Amino acid sequence: MPDKKIRVLIAKPGLDGHDRGAKVIARALRDFGMEVIYTGLRQTPEMIAEAALQEDVDVVGLSILSGAHNVLVPAVIEKLREYGLEDVIIFVGGIIPKPDIRSLKDLGVYAVYGPGTNTQTVASDIQHALTPPHD
Amino acid sequence: MPKFDSQAIRQGDRLALSRALTMVENNTPESREVLAALFPFTGSAHLVGVTGAPGCGKSTLVNQLVKYLRNADQSNPNPKVAIIAVDPTSPFTGGALLGDRIRMRDLAGDEGIFIRSMASRGALGGLAHQTASFVTVLDGAGFDLIIIETVGAGQAEVDIASLAHTVIVVEAPGMGDDIQAIKAGILEIADIIVVNKADRPGANNTARALQVMLGMAQGGNRAFRGKHILDSNQLPSTAEQPDEVAWEPPVHLITATEGKGIPDLVESLHRHAEYLRSSQLWQKKEALRLRRDLEALIRDMLVRQWRQELDENKFETVLMDVIQRKFSPIEAAELLL
Repeated sequence: MPDKKIRVLIAKPGLDGHDRGAKVIARALRDFGMEVIYTGLRQTPEMIAEAALQEDVDVVGLSILSGAHNVLVPAVIEKLREYGLEDVIIFVGGIIPKPDIRSLKDLGVYAVYGPGTNTQTVASDIQHALTPPHD
Repeated sequence: MPKFDSQAIRQGDRLALSRALTMVENNTPESREVLAALFPFTGSAHLVGVTGAPGCGKSTLVNQLVKYLRNADQSNPNPKVAIIAVDPTSPFTGGALLGDRIRMRDLAGDEGIFIRSMASRGALGGLAHQTASFVTVLDGAGFDLIIIETVGAGQAEVDIASLAHTVIVVEAPGMGDDIQAIKAGILEIADIIVVNKADRPGANNTARALQVMLGMAQGGNRAFRGKHILDSNQLPSTAEQPDEVAWEPPVHLITATEGKGIPDLVESLHRHAEYLRSSQLWQKKEALRLRRDLEALIRDMLVRQWRQELDENKFETVLMDVIQRKFSPIEAAELLL
C-alpha cells in the first residue's frame, strides 16, 4: 500500500541567530505525524531550494525574525521556481508587519504566522493545503 | 504527480531523481517501474555505511569525509557522491525530525553531491525498509559512492552490514570501558573504526581499548575479516586459501569538527574497496545481499497474497478463540494458512 507522509522543510534564511521558534514548529509538526527536515541557521535561498529539491518536500516553512523577509522570501520563491518546485506550499513564521503579509501572500506565500500562533493551526493549515485537488 | 523518467535520472536530472526516491519511499505503484528500469545500471557504486551511537558525530564525519572526497582526494578525483541519512520515526505519532543536514552545510551548492534524509518509518535495524531501494535508485542514477548514515545505533542495529560494502563504526571517548568493546554487536561489523572527538580527554584510551579488542579477534577465526556478513556455510575456509590476507580493521583517531585525520580515513576506505575486489568478497557480498533482498521480497509478496485471500471473519473468530485460550497462537496460525 502507498504510504505517503507529509514532508516539511523548516529553514532559517538570512542572518538572525534565533531558532527557538523554528525548533518549536519542527517539533510540533513532528508530533502531528509529519517528516520534518530542519537545516539549521543562516541558510541562503540557494541552500534552501537545494534542500527542498533533494528532499522532495511538500512544504517549506521559513522562519525569519530579522526583518529581511521582503528580500529573503522572494529570493527563496524565485530559486524554488528555478528548480522546478512551483507546487511546494510555502509558509512564513516570524515578526512580520501587517502590511507586508499581504504582499508576501501575493508572491505565493500560503500563510504567515506571528508570535503566539497555535501549532495546531499550522498543522491543520498544511493538511488542508495538501488535500486534493492539490496532491 | 509527474511521470517517472529513467532517462532523465540517468542524465543527472536532480528533480526527476528526487521524485523517483519519493515514489520508492512511499511504495507507490510507479516505484516498481522505477526500480526495474534502474536496476540494470546498478552494481558499480561503492556502498559505505556509517554507524554509531547518537551524538558520536556521524553526520559531522560524513560532512568532512565527503568534502575531502569531492575536493582533495587525488587518487579518485571528482566522484559523484550520494548520502542517505536515516533518522528515527516516532513510534507514537509516526512523525520524524530529520536533522542530519544541519551538519552537512559544507556540502551545499555542489552538483556532484545529493543528500537525502530518510525517516526509519518503523524499521528497527538502523535503516528504513526502503533504504536498499534508495541505494538501487542512486546506484542506477550513476553515483560512484553512496554513503548510508544509519539511525544513531546502540549495540545491535546491524542491518547496515548486509547492505554496505564497507562499514565505518564511529565511537567517541567516554562511552564505556573495554568490556563494551568486547560485547557482541556493532563493533563486530566494523571494517573501519573511527574514534571521533579525538581532541577530548580519553580518546587515546578508547582507541587503545579498541585496538586490544581487535587484536584478540585476530587470534580467533571469527569476525573482523570482512567476511562477517557471509553465512558460516559460505565462509571460504581458511584451508582453501591459506595465503589470503585477512582484513584488519584500522582504528582512526579523528576530530571531525576540524577535519583532522580525514585523509587517513579516506585512504583506508580506498584500501578496503581494493581488498574486497582483490579477494572476490565484493561479488560474494553482492550475491548474498541480492539473495536476501529476493527472499525478503518473496516473503512480502506471500504475506500480501495471503492477506488478499484472507477471510476477515474467519480471522476474527480464530483470534477470539486464541484470546479465550482455546487454541495456541501456533495452532491458530496453522489453521489460517
